[in-house]
Amino acid sequence: MSDQAPPSGPLVALRGVQVRRGGRVVLDVPALDVWPGDVLAVVGPNGAGKSTLLQVMAALLAPDRGRVWFAGQQVDARRNPVAVRRRLAVVFQEPLLFDTSVFDNVASGLRLRGVPGQELRARVTVWLERLGIAALARRPARTLSGGEARRTSLARALVLEPELLLLDEPFAALDYPTRQALLGELPGLLAAARTTTVLVTHDPYEALAVARRAVALREGRIVAEGPVRAVLGAAGLELGPLLAPEVK
Amino acid sequence: MDLLASAVLHALRLLLTGDAETWQITLLSLRVSLTATAISVLVGVPLGTWLALVRFPGRGLLLALVNTGMGMPPVVAGLVITILLWRTGPLGQLRLLYTPTAIIIAQVVLSLPVVIGLTVAAIQQLNPRLRLQILALGATRWQYLALLVREARLPLLAAVMAGFGAVISEVGAAMMVGGNIQGQTRVLTTATVLETSKGNFDLALALGLILLALVYAVNLTLTWIQQRGRPL
Repeated sequence: MSDQAPPSGPLVALRGVQVRRGGRVVLDVPALDVWPGDVLAVVGPNGAGKSTLLQVMAALLAPDRGRVWFAGQQVDARRNPVAVRRRLAVVFQEPLLFDTSVFDNVASGLRLRGVPGQELRARVTVWLERLGIAALARRPARTLSGGEARRTSLARALVLEPELLLLDEPFAALDYPTRQALLGELPGLLAAARTTTVLVTHDPYEALAVARRAVALREGRIVAEGPVRAVLGAAGLELGPLLAPEVK
Repeated sequence: MDLLASAVLHALRLLLTGDAETWQITLLSLRVSLTATAISVLVGVPLGTWLALVRFPGRGLLLALVNTGMGMPPVVAGLVITILLWRTGPLGQLRLLYTPTAIIIAQVVLSLPVVIGLTVAAIQQLNPRLRLQILALGATRWQYLALLVREARLPLLAAVMAGFGAVISEVGAAMMVGGNIQGQTRVLTTATVLETSKGNFDLALALGLILLALVYAVNLTLTWIQQRGRPL
C-alpha cells in the first residue's frame, strides 16, 4: 500500500479501508470514489457501517487499514486532519447546535476559520434566507423546533461552501411533513451550494429524492454500487426485509 | 429578635459610618477569597477539562482523589499548610505564615478540588456527539477546548460559585495559617469567631450579616451572568 499513487480525479478516494471495533471488522471497503459534483447516497440498514464510512471520509476517524485521499491529498485523521476538515462539512443525525443564537450557530464554522466580520455576516445572511430561518436569527437555538433546528444545522454546514458535504441521516426523527418539506428543498440547496454530497440514509425514498448514484452497505461491505434506482433495486432484494420497517 | 435587630442596626452602622476596621476586614475577606477562587478557576478549569477528556491508567484514582478533596476539612488543609510554612518547615524560608498569602494558599487547596471536580462533571455532561460536531466544523485543538468550555459555561459558573462559597465561609484554615492578626490577617469569619468568644454577640452577628451580604452580592453577580438571556 505504501507506494500506492493517489487516484487522480475523484474528490474522495478510499482504498483498502478497514475499521475494526472490538476485534470485529465494521467497515471493509476495497475501493470507493466520490467524484466532484456527485450526489452519492450511502444506503443500508442500521449497523451496516454507513456512519463509520462517513466519519472516515470526514477525517474524524482514522481507519485501521487502508488509505483515504481528499482532492489528491492523503488524509491522516490522526496527524493533520484540520486542513481537510475545513474543506468539508458534516450534518449529523442530531442538529447538535451550540447554546447560542441561530445566527451564531450558523456563523460558528466561519468564525473558526477566521472569516472577517463583514463577509461572515453577508454569507450567514444568505444562507439564513435560503433555509427560510432569517426571522429566527436572534432566537436562542435551544428554543427551536426540530425542523428549525435541522434547518439551522444545514445552514451551518452550507454556509461554509464546502467542497464535500456529508449528511448523516439528517432527517431522522423529524415528523413527516417537516421531513418532506426539507427533502423537497434539499436538491435546490445542494445545487445552490454546488457541493459534492454524500447522503447517508436507511430510507430509499430519501436516496431517490436527493442522490444520483448510490452505494449499498451491509455488515460493513459494499453490496451494490451504481445509479440510485439500480442500487436500490439490486440491494432491495437483499436489504428489503431490513429496509421495509423504516420505509414510511 | 432584639439581638437580631440590634445586630442588623450594628452592621449598618459599622458600614455606613465607615468603620475603618470593619471595612478593612471586609475588603481583606473579599480580596483573599476572590484571589483564591480566581487561581482555582485558572488552574482547575483546564485541569478538569483535561481530566474529563483523556483516558489513562490511574485516571479513576486521580478522580477519586479530586472528589475526596472536595470534602476536605478546612482544619486539615490549615494544619498541612501550617506545617509546610512553619519557620522550620520545608517552605519556612518564604516567611508566609500568618500573612494573607498563607490564607490564599490554604483557600486554593480547599477550592481547587471543588472547581476541578465540578468542571469534570460539567464537561462530561455535554453530548459526546457535540465533540465530534466541533471537530467536524474544522476546530483546532484550542478552538475545540474553548468551545467545549463555552458550551459548559452554566455548570462551570456553578463550579465558580461553589469554589467561592467553599472559601469565603471557611474559618478553620484562615484561623490556623492567618493567625487572625488584627489589621493584617483578620477576615470576616475569624473576626466573627473572635467576637463570639468574647461574648460580643451583636458585633459577631453584625459581622456574620456582612459576610452573608457579601456572599449574596458575589453570587447574585455570578447568577446574573449565568442566567442572562435564558428564557424560563
